[in-house]
Amino acid sequence: MIFVAIGGFFGAIARFWIGQRFNTSSFPFGTLFVNIIGAFLLGILIESGVEGDWMLFCGTGFLGAFTTFSTWMLEARKMEVGKAIFYVIITCGAGFFGAWLGL
Amino acid sequence: MNEKEGFFVNVYLLVGIGGFIGAMLRYGISVMTEMWWYGSFPAATLFANYAGCFLLPYVSCKMGSFVPTNVQKAITSGIIGSFTTFSAFSVETIALFESGKIAVGLLYLSLSITGGLLFVRLGEGRGNSK
Repeated sequence: MIFVAIGGFFGAIARFWIGQRFNTSSFPFGTLFVNIIGAFLLGILIESGVEGDWMLFCGTGFLGAFTTFSTWMLEARKMEVGKAIFYVIITCGAGFFGAWLGL
Repeated sequence: MNEKEGFFVNVYLLVGIGGFIGAMLRYGISVMTEMWWYGSFPAATLFANYAGCFLLPYVSCKMGSFVPTNVQKAITSGIIGSFTTFSAFSVETIALFESGKIAVGLLYLSLSITGGLLFVRLGEGRGNSK
């Protein structure tokens, strides 16, 4: 449990820092970036066979907190429909491709 | 250290503490779900993502202006942002596809997106009403 929590501590800070820097324009590049990279890295992590406390720390904790679903959905909700569809598709497309590459 | 730096340190630390709590809650849900859910469908992630989608706009509306900005960010970006996850969602979807469970994968994908958007709307509506 503590490994997940400490991973979450750092994952949230890393995501927040990237968000502050790159979510400034009209498009949330920061959220897009963390979700794609996070999905890719989690794929690699699982494929590499890491288990136990390291998996809880890096995977469930850090990468779980580094990526976010709620912010992504809320951002999509606030966009115009066409842009929101593009945002959802590009995140899923690139994120799934990343996870697939990693796995 | 000037005031601006003080704020800088503060908000990042608070978001980190939020992440500490959010990740732990998400893990707690997945452990509890494993006790009664044996299917290949990733119910725990879906539940956490739904709950977070509802809570993010809801809590943001309810906090209004009387909660300090730092604390608001710790709760929204920290706790709720870390509670929900995209990485597990992607990997679980791809794992379902790769294991040949295409229909389950598509169901998970479509339920996540449509449900997520629906819960965000519900959270907004609930948050704005008295």
